[in-house]
Amino acid sequence: MKTIDIAQIIPVVKKLCIDANYYVAADVLAKAQASLESEKSPIGREILQILMQNYELAAQWQMPLCQDTGVAVVFVELGQDVHLIGGDFEQAINEGVRQGYAEGYLRKAMVNDPVVKRKNTGDNTPAIIYTEIVPGSSLKITVAPKGGGSENMSEVRMMNVSDGLERIKDYVVDCVRRAGGRPCPPVIVGVGLGGNFEQSALLAKKALLRPLTEKNPEPFWADVEQELVERINRLGIGPQGLGGSTTTWAVSILYKPCHIASMPVAVNLDCHCHRHETAVIE
Amino acid sequence: MSEIYRLTTPLQNSDLISLQIGDKVLLSGKIYTARDAAHQKLIKLLEIGQSLPFDIKGAVIYYAGPAPARPGHPIGSVGPTSSYRMDKFTPPLLAAGMKAMIGKGERGQSVIDALIRYQSVYFAAVGGAAVVAAQAVKAARIVAFEELGPEAIYELAVVDFPVFVAVDVNGNDLFRVGVARYRQE
Repeated sequence: MKTIDIAQIIPVVKKLCIDANYYVAADVLAKAQASLESEKSPIGREILQILMQNYELAAQWQMPLCQDTGVAVVFVELGQDVHLIGGDFEQAINEGVRQGYAEGYLRKAMVNDPVVKRKNTGDNTPAIIYTEIVPGSSLKITVAPKGGGSENMSEVRMMNVSDGLERIKDYVVDCVRRAGGRPCPPVIVGVGLGGNFEQSALLAKKALLRPLTEKNPEPFWADVEQELVERINRLGIGPQGLGGSTTTWAVSILYKPCHIASMPVAVNLDCHCHRHETAVIE
Repeated sequence: MSEIYRLTTPLQNSDLISLQIGDKVLLSGKIYTARDAAHQKLIKLLEIGQSLPFDIKGAVIYYAGPAPARPGHPIGSVGPTSSYRMDKFTPPLLAAGMKAMIGKGERGQSVIDALIRYQSVYFAAVGGAAVVAAQAVKAARIVAFEELGPEAIYELAVVDFPVFVAVDVNGNDLFRVGVARYRQE
């Protein structure tokens, strides 16, 4: 049994919020650099150059890469041999988000009521927290701030079982086509297959956490992803939707078993900033 | 071939007439931020015949809501937000004298038609390059709707703020033309 005091979590989450927003992740930087070589459109290349300049300036000035510092989406993997003491776990995560967004000069983007009042909560809480109990005695926390532009272009569709893989591929490509420049391409495409209505959406979001430089561990799905990347990059949307050959940097698929009558498909798009930071408390 | 222009606000028709989609413009002078909530309030003011909190004649509206400023900086990160959400508010503002908007992403046909009618342009800034945008901002102050927080209207004094001409005064749309040029389906 490992004991972790809740108070340890707060500074960790605070730092993850700030670091995810200030520093471009290594896998994103690698994709941006590669695209500078391969992008066919002169404006597309210029936009990619501006992104490179932005990565440097953000780190130098300690300012967020994008003013939309997003909803704080927090993925927790809690070892089943961990005993949390000293307070409320979710309150601690929210306190870390509160401190990170205040002290990091990050924009507060949460409103208290989605429809009527829409009053800003003032501290970017509540975070959206997903906790999974896993074997082991450590606590892994990933903060993936998610902007509104790309989230608004995401979808779930309950497809017909007989539609099969080809229709699924067409649907994913069509989601990116219809989104155009709005989700800030080059986008990352998270695809969730199976489960049920809400699990497919969560799978699509979790698919975004796979490093861009890694392939799907299953060769069959790695091939499907590669085909989708190529088809999406032939759409011509390009950086920011102004035309070009770099529309996506990666497609990542996760799947789960599902009901005999169902074939849920979720597509969660992420912008080119693709922010994510992980820490492990042991 | 794409050109590079330097323009200063307020904009005149003569500044815009020769701009073509894909041209780069370095914009200087004063521009005004406004997002969804501020647009609703601006339109309400127009409807009841009241004056707007800034001079709309020749004005450039920037679809943006900044992050908080760090001490020593006039503003925090301030990249563009998606423009389509402001489409329905755009024709009345163009009718009132606005000459350009800066944002990101495609506009609807009603906006493109209004741009032709009022000989105005839509500029695209680079979404997610919000520190590059902040670098061009030399001073900032809130001119209206402070209660909206990051959605308040800020007057930004900018020097060489980098944008691309996305829709020109003839209604040519880089989001369509550019994509068609590189589509290989």
